[in-house]
Amino acid sequence: MTAANTASAISAARAPTAKTGARAFARRFFNGDEIARAIVTIAAAVILLVTLLIVFQLWTKSDAARERFGWGFLTSTTWDPSGEVFGALPFIYGTVVTSALALLLAVPIGLGAAIFLSELAPPRMSNALTFLIELLAAVPSVIYGLLGIYVMVPLLRSSVAPVMKSLFGWTPLFSGPFYGYSYFAAGLVLAVMILPFIVSVSRQILLAVPPEQREGALALGATQWETTWRVVVPFAKRGIVGSVFLALARALGETMAVTMVVGNTPKIAASLLGSGYSIASVVANEFPESAGLHQQALIELGLVLFALTIIVNGLARLLVASTSKMEARA
Amino acid sequence: MTEAARLRYRRGINSVMLTATGVCAVAIASVLLFILGYLVIKGARSLDLALFTKLPLPAGEIGGGLGNAIVGSAKILGLATLFGVPVGFLGGVYLAEYGNRGFAFAVRYTTDLLNGVPSIVIGIVAYTVIVMNMKTFSTLAGGVALGIMMIPIAVRSTEEFLRAVPDGLREGALALGTPKWRMLATVVIPAAKDGIITGIMLNLARVAGETAPLVLTVFGSPYWSPGISQPTASLPVSIYRYATSPYDDWHRQAWAAGFVLLMLILMTNIVARLIVARARPRGGR
Repeated sequence: MTAANTASAISAARAPTAKTGARAFARRFFNGDEIARAIVTIAAAVILLVTLLIVFQLWTKSDAARERFGWGFLTSTTWDPSGEVFGALPFIYGTVVTSALALLLAVPIGLGAAIFLSELAPPRMSNALTFLIELLAAVPSVIYGLLGIYVMVPLLRSSVAPVMKSLFGWTPLFSGPFYGYSYFAAGLVLAVMILPFIVSVSRQILLAVPPEQREGALALGATQWETTWRVVVPFAKRGIVGSVFLALARALGETMAVTMVVGNTPKIAASLLGSGYSIASVVANEFPESAGLHQQALIELGLVLFALTIIVNGLARLLVASTSKMEARA
Repeated sequence: MTEAARLRYRRGINSVMLTATGVCAVAIASVLLFILGYLVIKGARSLDLALFTKLPLPAGEIGGGLGNAIVGSAKILGLATLFGVPVGFLGGVYLAEYGNRGFAFAVRYTTDLLNGVPSIVIGIVAYTVIVMNMKTFSTLAGGVALGIMMIPIAVRSTEEFLRAVPDGLREGALALGTPKWRMLATVVIPAAKDGIITGIMLNLARVAGETAPLVLTVFGSPYWSPGISQPTASLPVSIYRYATSPYDDWHRQAWAAGFVLLMLILMTNIVARLIVARARPRGGR
């Protein structure tokens, strides 16, 4: 009965444009069309409602924490569950630093690979490599964490860190002792995890650049690299930046791999070699055993993370959408 | 610089950069081969029958398995498919075949937004909605969390494959006087079937490795978990707990379970991609 009611409500709303008249509606109703429309419209509405529910739950279930700490929650560095004092800055710092580090490492390599796959490689080789790189995106986070703990961290400790320290030890970023579990390790794992996204989105954007652009540059005597770097890449610039933002959003929300290698210390360490924490990690670690204000503060952290990723994703989509419009015009 | 020297310089840069980008691509692809190789060597060596059939033993004891986690994962994924796929599929049908004007724009926008929500946040929401009300961690809560995660991808793949069905098929069916819903159910959706099914497979493979939302919703359990209203073990969470534990035998089982999980996910991906490559319709709209 409810389906029928909704159906008539919807059809009333669109009555002026649809074939008018109660008889036409009755026909569409009895042959099932209005019912089918109601069913799929309800499904679409459920998607809207689920998303609203996420926002609503994050907001209402963190109200006590928001009231208690206000905006100071974002800038305070104390995280003391037993004393019921909660500040989010160490986690925000960790999330931002590890994600930024991941971008720094992954963007040049990812962009290079995307250029190779779309512009330079023979098609067969390009397809094979793209296939492998896209499979890499399917490897679950927890597997990266497993390899992070047992392969990467020991390797960092034994051979990479000493080299880094001797080269950059004079900067505060690489000072202090190194035990393996650190912002640096987390950034490294995140870099590997976001590479496939950067490669596959950038590659598609580069492939969408009209061939006339390349032909024009080549005809003027530019080398293949000059054509790519001075003509094709600038043409696709906004879309590529968009793909980087998409990857950033992924890195910000990534949980398990970071949790397994970041060290889980709720303090801000100046050195990248120091042990830290991230928003997602502290939620994963402390949430199941939390209650009361502690849990509220963790939900508020979820709200912060949600807001961060929504903003970054929104920017990414704007950029990617604006490139595809540009292509349509070109 | 003479003209010839300049040309040589430019050609030099050209080949250096071509090589450098090639090295980047090969390096990334070889990460997958490394991961695969490492897990095969480390995991296959640790694999035994007990992993699939036995319950975990108390911490520190050698032996036991993760039978309950495998069953738990299967149940969670089954529930997730049950919740996520119908909503996503019907939503995709709406966007491809009915959607117009403001509401469709809002739905498409929200779908993108939902796709970008970090999995841990979805875990928090499933906790506040289900675990808080049932007062216990449960398979159900995990299924709901992963089901929500499946919605946006299901919407997108359904919409994409429906749009790839040529309009001629729709017009032919409508010209015979078929109502729209029968045209969709008997002509358009069957034509897009292969694509939609592989979309669901890829979707399942994507959420099968999700760990963070499960830590917050199913929690974990050393026992078999009957029904859907109790905490349950699951493969990804067990791998996480075992990998971060101090016991050697649990590390061994983490590798073995990681190997099993990775193989299942990669196999599903490869099979799905093969089907798509074969089924992708040519010359659609």
